[in-house]
Amino acid sequence: MHTYLEIVVGVFVALGLGALILLSLQVSGFGSEGIDGYQLSARFSNVGQLKPRAPVRMAGVKVGLVRDVTVDAATLEALVTMEIDHRFSQIPIDSSAGIYTSGLLGEQYVALQPGGEDSYLQDGSKLEFTSSAVVLEEVISKFLFSRAAGDD
Amino acid sequence: MTAVLELLQALGRRTLVAFARLGRSHMFLFRLCVALPGAVHRPDHIVRMIYMVGFLSLLIILVSGFFVGMVLGLQGYNTLIDFGAEESLGVLVALSLVRELGPVITALLFAGRAGSALTAEIGLMKTTEQLAAIEMMAVDPMQHVVAPRFIAGLISMPLLAAVFSLVGVYGGNFVGVTVLGVDSGSFWSQMQSVVSLWDDVVNGIIKSVFFGFIVTWIAVFEGYETEPTSRGISLATTRTVVHSSLAVLGADFVLTALMFD
Repeated sequence: MHTYLEIVVGVFVALGLGALILLSLQVSGFGSEGIDGYQLSARFSNVGQLKPRAPVRMAGVKVGLVRDVTVDAATLEALVTMEIDHRFSQIPIDSSAGIYTSGLLGEQYVALQPGGEDSYLQDGSKLEFTSSAVVLEEVISKFLFSRAAGDD
Repeated sequence: MTAVLELLQALGRRTLVAFARLGRSHMFLFRLCVALPGAVHRPDHIVRMIYMVGFLSLLIILVSGFFVGMVLGLQGYNTLIDFGAEESLGVLVALSLVRELGPVITALLFAGRAGSALTAEIGLMKTTEQLAAIEMMAVDPMQHVVAPRFIAGLISMPLLAAVFSLVGVYGGNFVGVTVLGVDSGSFWSQMQSVVSLWDDVVNGIIKSVFFGFIVTWIAVFEGYETEPTSRGISLATTRTVVHSSLAVLGADFVLTALMFD
């Protein structure tokens, strides 16, 4: 009876701890988040709604994530720090970065467009060519102003 | 004139009784904390109590978790499909469960399933003067009766909440992916990219530990304070469920405001 009790409680505690571990790994994706990678940075004139932990994609496939989004005090541009998985270490040095939205209401992500150079980006490199996030209000106002100009 | 005075006196008496009770519950908690180290030396008592409090609550937690997850999946899908955002179903289900529903519903079920049993058991021990008999044998009932139950509640509650949340996520996955046809890859990947370990999962666990503390504390206190009659036991059991449910919901608001800005 006593051993039965202990076995049952052991099963219960193991189940609970297993659920905790599964919650951390499966639901929060902790294992996939803690990528061991190298850092890249890029300056954008506007990052839109880009947040830390947003994915970095190349050809649509996730290759890393955004670590930090701040404003560079000197140039007053947004400075985005990204961490790229070591498996993707051969990204040409003249690659460009853009900020896009997945779907109409989806999250924003950084897309890397590979360039053609033979030398590769390394830890701490900076992406020189960037295109900013599309801000819907700007697009609409441009459209309206061009309409107004066309009416004259 | 005397009627008004009597009314005021009744109000004053009720207030004083309520505060005296609150004060006694904190004195009780202090004595309980003093007795805790002694109780740790008898792990077999704690194991028996974890069986009573935790393992026997497992079935109700599993079943309710799965159903709550399925309902979240169904309701979330019906709302999200209007915006073409049904891929975010995993995020909705996981965040609601891990942050709020897991700890809160588990605590409410725990109060009804385990808290009431603790109160009734200790209350009956007091009514049949078993507690007094234990004390007569120079054994501290705090250390041998109350403390093991308290520790078992503290250990069981976070484990039950974790099981609830996990089963709920799979319930949402079952309805969303298997029945309604949301893409399995985006269900999990969006969930994993949005839910964070420290901000969501760990805060949920902190909540469940806190709720376990509240519910078990109220349960053992009400049992220990039971008026030694059959009516007293029934009142104490009811009070445990009502007070701990209210306390959990109130504490949940405070904790949520502190944790999630």
